[in-house]
Amino acid sequence: MSAFELLAFSPPGWGAVLLRGLAMSMSVAFGGYLVGLLIGIGGAFGKLYGGPVLRDLLACYTTVVRAIPELVLIVLLFYVGSDIVNQVMQLLGRPPIDISGLAAGIMVIGVVQGAYSTEVIRGAIKAIPPGMIEAARAYGMKPSLMLRRITLPAMLPHAIPGLSNLWLIATKDTALLAVIGFTELTLATRQAGGATKHYFLFFSAAGVLYLIVTLLSNVLIRSIERRAYRGIPEVG
Amino acid sequence: MAHSSGTDAAKVIEVIDLHKSFGDLEVLKGVSLDAHQGEVIAIIGGSGSGKSTMLRCINMLETPTSGTIKVHGEAIEMKRDGKGGLKPADQDQVRRIRTRLAMVFQSFNLWQHMTLLENVIEVPVHVLGRSKAESTELAESLLKRVGLHEKHDTYPMFLSGGQQQRAAIARALAIQPEVMLFDEPTSALDPELIGEVLAVIGDLAKEGRTMLLVTHEMKFAREVADRIIFLHNGIIAEAGPPEQIFGAPESEHLKRFISALS
Ligand SMILES: Nc1ncnc2c1ncn2[C@@H]1O[C@H](COP(=O)(O)OP(=O)(O)OP(=O)(O)O)[C@@H](O)[C@H]1O
Ligand SMILES: [Mg+2]
Repeated sequence: MSAFELLAFSPPGWGAVLLRGLAMSMSVAFGGYLVGLLIGIGGAFGKLYGGPVLRDLLACYTTVVRAIPELVLIVLLFYVGSDIVNQVMQLLGRPPIDISGLAAGIMVIGVVQGAYSTEVIRGAIKAIPPGMIEAARAYGMKPSLMLRRITLPAMLPHAIPGLSNLWLIATKDTALLAVIGFTELTLATRQAGGATKHYFLFFSAAGVLYLIVTLLSNVLIRSIERRAYRGIPEVG
Repeated sequence: MAHSSGTDAAKVIEVIDLHKSFGDLEVLKGVSLDAHQGEVIAIIGGSGSGKSTMLRCINMLETPTSGTIKVHGEAIEMKRDGKGGLKPADQDQVRRIRTRLAMVFQSFNLWQHMTLLENVIEVPVHVLGRSKAESTELAESLLKRVGLHEKHDTYPMFLSGGQQQRAAIARALAIQPEVMLFDEPTSALDPELIGEVLAVIGDLAKEGRTMLLVTHEMKFAREVADRIIFLHNGIIAEAGPPEQIFGAPESEHLKRFISALS
C-alpha cells in the first residue's frame, strides 16, 4: 500500500483513526487546560490571600505535583482517582462505575496543569501595580467586581507567556495518557504502526499533526496577546 | 476665598481623635478635624508626618487604631478586631461611603487595561449602577474639562504624567463626590507638568468643592486653601487660614518647615 492509501480516511487507511485520536487529544488538552486554569485562579488567590492552613495545603499541592514526573503522576492519579471514586460509590451503596477515559484524562491533566497555573497566575497577580488595586478599593469596588474588572484583566499580560506555554505543554502531555490506555493521537498512531508495520510513516504524520496544532495555537495566542497588551507601550 | 470655614456650613467630614499605629510606630496621635461644605483644606507637614495616613484613614484604606470618622454626620461603624485594634463593622457601609469620597493619588493609579473613557465610566457604571450612555456623556464632558477630550480612546501608559493625573481627576469627578481627597497629586510629576494639574485643581477649588489636599506646593496651598493644617509628629501642630500659617507661624517646627521650603 502507498502512503496515501495508508493515510486514507476510509479503511484500510488509518487517517480517520489518527484524526479521531487527534480530536480526543485536543478535547483532553482543552478540558484539562480549563480545569487547570480554574484550579490555578483559585490556587493563586488561596496562596496570596488565604489562611495559613489553605496556604500550606496549596504549597503541598504545587510542590508535589511539580516534583513528580508527569508520567508517574498520571498513572497514580488515574488509578488512585478511580479507586477513590469507586470507594465513595460503594459507601453510598451504589454499583462501581466505569470512568470514561475522557473524563479521567481531563481530570489528571487538569490537576497537573493546575499546579503550574497556580504559580503562573500568582506571579502575574503580584506583578499588578498595587495602585490599581488600591484605586479599585478606594472607589468602593466589591471583591468580586474587582476580580472581574481589575485583577484578572490586569494580570493577563503578565500571565500570558506562562499560560501559553502551559497550553502547548497540555497538548503534548495528552500523549502520556496512552499509558492508561486512552486512545488519543499517540496511542492511535502506535496502533496504526503496529497493524501495518509502517511506524515511520504514522509517527511522522502524528508529528505533523502536533506541529499544526502548535502553529494554529500560536496564531491564537498572538491575537490574545495583542488584546491583553493593548494598554502597554512596547519597549525598545 | 469665597467659602468661609465658619461653623454655619454643614460638616461634610468629621475626624474625631484619630489614632493610627503601624506596629510600634504611632503615626497619628489623636487628630481631629472638621471639613465643612465647600471648604478647601490643605494638609502640610514633613515627610513621614502622617499626612497620607490621615487621608487614607478617612476612606478606610487604612483602618484607624482608634477614633471616629463621620461623613455628613454618618459615623463609619467600627468593631474590635480581637487584636486590640478596630476594623470596619460593615464593609457595605464602607464601600457606600467610599463612593462619596473621591481619591486622587500621587501615582495616578489609573487602570492601565482601560482607555481614559473606560477609566472614567468604570465606577459610575459598575459600582454605582448608572447607565452606560449617561455615564459616557458625563465622562466625555469631564475629559473635555480637563483638556483630554481627544485622548479618550488612549490607554494611560501612552500619556504623560500630567495627562494621567488630569484623567484621574476626571475619574474622581465622575462619581460626583461630596469630598475630594488629593494625596500629593503633583509630587510624581516633572516640574513642567505640575502647572497643568494645579490649574485643574485650582479650578475645582473655586467652584466650591469640598477638598482635602495633601501637598508640598506651598504657594498653591496658600492660593486655594481656606484653611491650612500643619501635621507634625502625628498631631495637628498648627491650623488656620493661609495668611496666619504662612504669615505668622507660631511654632518653631512650622517656622522651620516653611523656611526650608521657600
Ligand atoms: N503600611 C505601612 N506600614 C508601616 N509603616 C507605614 C505604613 N504606611 C506608612 N507608614 C509609616 O508611617 C509614617 C507616616 O507615613 P505617611 O505616608 O502617612 O507620611 P506622609 O506625611 O504622607 O509623608 P510623605 O510626605 O513622605 O508622603 C512613616 O514613617 C511611614 O514609614
Ligand atoms: Mg504621603
